[in-house]
Amino acid sequence: MKTFRIGGVHPAENKLSAGSPIREAALPKQAVFSMFQHIGAPAKPVVKKGDEVKVGTMLGEAGGFVSAPIFSSVSGKVSKVDVALDASGTRRMAVYVDVEGDEWEESIDRSTDLVKLSDHPELDSKAIVEKVKNAGIVGLGGATFPCHVKLCPPPGQKAECVIINAVECEPYLTADHSLMLEHAEEILEGVECIMKAVSVTRGYVGIENNKPDAIALLTEKAQSHPNIEIVPLKVKYPQGGEKQLIDAVIGRQVPAPPAIPINVGAVVQNVGTAYAIYQAVLKNRPLVDRVITVTGKSVKNPSNLLARLGTPFQQLIDECGGLPEDTGKIIGGGPMMGKALVSLEVPMTKGSSGLLIMNEKEARRSEPDPCIRCAKCVSACPMGLEPYLLATTSAQHDWETAEREDIVSCIECGSCQFTCPSHRPLLDNIRLGKGTVMGIIRSRAAAAQKK
Amino acid sequence: MNVILIAVIVLGGIGLIAAVILFLASKKFAVHEDPRIAQVAEVLPQANCGGCGYPGCSGFAAACVKAADGGSLGELNCAPGGNAVMEQVAGILGLQASASAPKVAVVRCNGSCEARPRVVEYDGTRSCRIQQMTGNGETACGYGCLGGGDCVEACKFGAISINPATGLAEVDEAKCTACGACAKACPRGIIEIRPAGPKGRRMVVLCNNKDKGAIANKACKSACIGCGKCVKTCEKFEAITLENNLAWIDPDKCKMCRKCEEACPKGAIVGFNFPPRKPRAEAPADAAQPAKSVENVKANTNNAAATPAKEAQEEATKQ
Amino acid sequence: MSKLIISLSPHVHGGDSVQKNMYGVCIALVPALLASLFFFGLGAAIVLATSVLACVLFEWLIAKFLLKRSRCTICDGSAVLTGLLLGFNLPSNLPVWIIIIGALVAIGVGKMTFGGLGCNPFNPALVGRVFLLISFPVQMTTWPEPGQLTALGTDAVTGATPLGLIAEGKFDELAQLSPSDMLFGNVGGSLGEVSALCLLLGLLFMLWKKIITWHIPVSILGTVAVFTGILYLVNPTEDYNPLTHLLCGGLILGACYMATDYVTSPMTHKGQLIYGVCIGFLTVVIRLWGAYPEGMSFAILIMNAFTPLINNYCKPKRFGEVAKKGGSK
Repeated sequence: MKTFRIGGVHPAENKLSAGSPIREAALPKQAVFSMFQHIGAPAKPVVKKGDEVKVGTMLGEAGGFVSAPIFSSVSGKVSKVDVALDASGTRRMAVYVDVEGDEWEESIDRSTDLVKLSDHPELDSKAIVEKVKNAGIVGLGGATFPCHVKLCPPPGQKAECVIINAVECEPYLTADHSLMLEHAEEILEGVECIMKAVSVTRGYVGIENNKPDAIALLTEKAQSHPNIEIVPLKVKYPQGGEKQLIDAVIGRQVPAPPAIPINVGAVVQNVGTAYAIYQAVLKNRPLVDRVITVTGKSVKNPSNLLARLGTPFQQLIDECGGLPEDTGKIIGGGPMMGKALVSLEVPMTKGSSGLLIMNEKEARRSEPDPCIRCAKCVSACPMGLEPYLLATTSAQHDWETAEREDIVSCIECGSCQFTCPSHRPLLDNIRLGKGTVMGIIRSRAAAAQKK
Repeated sequence: MNVILIAVIVLGGIGLIAAVILFLASKKFAVHEDPRIAQVAEVLPQANCGGCGYPGCSGFAAACVKAADGGSLGELNCAPGGNAVMEQVAGILGLQASASAPKVAVVRCNGSCEARPRVVEYDGTRSCRIQQMTGNGETACGYGCLGGGDCVEACKFGAISINPATGLAEVDEAKCTACGACAKACPRGIIEIRPAGPKGRRMVVLCNNKDKGAIANKACKSACIGCGKCVKTCEKFEAITLENNLAWIDPDKCKMCRKCEEACPKGAIVGFNFPPRKPRAEAPADAAQPAKSVENVKANTNNAAATPAKEAQEEATKQ
Repeated sequence: MSKLIISLSPHVHGGDSVQKNMYGVCIALVPALLASLFFFGLGAAIVLATSVLACVLFEWLIAKFLLKRSRCTICDGSAVLTGLLLGFNLPSNLPVWIIIIGALVAIGVGKMTFGGLGCNPFNPALVGRVFLLISFPVQMTTWPEPGQLTALGTDAVTGATPLGLIAEGKFDELAQLSPSDMLFGNVGGSLGEVSALCLLLGLLFMLWKKIITWHIPVSILGTVAVFTGILYLVNPTEDYNPLTHLLCGGLILGACYMATDYVTSPMTHKGQLIYGVCIGFLTVVIRLWGAYPEGMSFAILIMNAFTPLINNYCKPKRFGEVAKKGGSK
């Protein structure tokens, strides 16, 4: 069984909502659309107070090349354009829409019939990228990197294969799993779209073998797509990391930053993104909803919800049995890389793959003990770094050593902290160091450019 | 006897050879350094705080000597040493020192635990910069003091500490040298290096919140809500500017009339080191009790320039 | 509902802890402990109990009164482990006061002076042991013969260890000892070093529980076997017999429990292999050509000193280094 070569851990899977079908969440009364739903330049609001919008109406246009437009997921009236608390805990520009009815833009094909890419020979590579770009699709695995950027390889780079990330290595999350079980054919068409967009003939779908039903279903459906291979992978975290997945599937390692996957000829997209691309390209449907896992040990009814973007998290929790009494921490995303939320008024965004509710006992960190230099973090690090060293140098503000020890290669997967017997907050400090060192590198580059 | 003699000769010989080698080496590998650098370094505080922008005191001394060769010390200033040290340095280098106004670090946040309730609990490494990465921190204010103590750690002089009662950083003015290390360490840019003012008196807006009034007000009872009353009060001197919903007092223009302090409905403007205000003439009974804190007596007191302040207050209440 | 908690990810932990690791090693030492009680009886019990209690007590006293730490560190199990290992390195008839001095040096000098757990450059138990070996050479090298269950102190009949016989050149006496005696521990020596089989059982337990990896024990034992094996082939006399060297003395105890101490061993597998090979080599050199019959303690301490250097030069292989060399960019 294939997997990546360096490090890795195996957290308890806790896939509580596995096997529960995707449920459609009710429409919210008011939807809030943050203009910061992706990495890169924020979107610019193009509506004003009082405007009537439908599902699929553009609310914000892309603020640059590395950016994505934002579409309304509800119909109604724009009540205000103002700041709103988002998942990062800060207040940023957003569009508030008061929901009335559920009217969709006419150009959107809402039927559930399967449309095949092979029936649309007029869609060439450029047309597909353009459609993806105009549908506001970003990486739905959580990184929210604008999708079309990855589909346009920089000059001199040639993609050789497309790898679909259906690993879902984060504990608890089952959104991608349920999506695969219910929309296998659409996903494969989406993969064909991506392959055509970057002009390659080889596609892989990497799935961890804790989802045997998804592997079996996709393998069966893939028989009519001879260019797509389903690759079962050994369960190991962080296999869903882009670099780890490439290593696991095609055995190539992306060099240290600033190298990116295209340097080894790979284009990686999440399975949810593939589905969204299918909808954008063949159904003309912008990104207005996504599957989100609402889960937690104390949650009455852990489920996979198909929810409109902009729905407040509070409502999603109510749909799954309400917020438990003993709630200690609410996490947007999975437990390994998700972000702790400060409030439930935060609306769902494109990157919301899960909503995990932890009880107070689980949520609290243990008191850290001194480092006993057991080197378990070194063995666990999937990037071959020495987390204990990076954490210490960062805590001591020794940025030169941190840079020399490749702190910028850290992918912040949390394996080191997960495995540390002394419960040390390794990643807290490494993040601080990584951020600072990256700032130093940027300012150095800027200074060099001035000269 | 013979043994002792041999031992003495051998040891003495080794010593002699070593001495010769050391002597030759010290001649051969001698590093020439301008003797003035050592002289200058001697009068510097040797705190190596880096407030001057040079790597430690010896680096600053070298820079001083280099600048002196150019004819003037220019902008070079040793914040911890202050004017006294700079005069000495100038004396060594045969120059005149240009006096710079003494400065002090000011923590521009007044959001104590009471004024700014904690809405969530932070359960991570105790460091402002790491806390900053988790979002707003424990309070709903995204601009205020996090209380993690990065400034305390950065201060080489023990001049800044976190008050456990308020959860805020506090500057000990007697120890503060205005080196600026704390201002650099603060991820939220709350700490400002300001002129200490005449007799150490100065007016400061103790808030850094750039949110709109309603949001700022909800997060913290003593936040600047950008109402602009202080700006109006100070129309004559134009010392107060309002930008991004936050007032700022220009220390060069401020005349220390303290009218803004009274005008501020949130108590975000605070005067430092002013004597307790004289109570009203009409209420002589109060005069016997010296006011303990400026804030306590603000509402019903008046200072020498009574009339304009009163007007301003009335205007404020009308609005 | 109380206030929500926020912190940076990861929000879950694997559940490993310092205690689990330390007590895991202690559990791994249980077979050897039972063997030492079986062979040395009451004396062994007294030595081990004194050593463990003294180590824990000194750690508590120093942490509380000298370092004034509010947090109690004796529960993490490291002092218990140090005490156990120190006891395993002592002969069973050692006077109690010497053991207490050893514990004081081990915990006080070897560990707490450097700041406590995680900061010590040398293995504390070995620091204590070597201090005693140099300070009280006679008491420390008087080994009671096994099987005297109730004989205490000077009453016990003493004899030489197999390595002592080698050092003194008494090969005919050595030849009387069968390998099975050495394997099960029916020979003279320190408490914990006599029963190779029990120690190896403990090693298997630690490997199974993933407390340690195979790199250090295997590289040490392998190096000793290969090195003495080559010497034996060149000159097949009894003092070069690899089997005797592997099964005798503190080699297995040191290789499995002392050299693998987290704090004082290198971090990367490559570093651990270098460290292990050097320890094996030094041990054989000291045993065969040094003044002391046993060289394990010294070899480990010497390599402890090199650990920071090894850490500095042996970096783990970074992700993507393969590709860099392949020049795929």
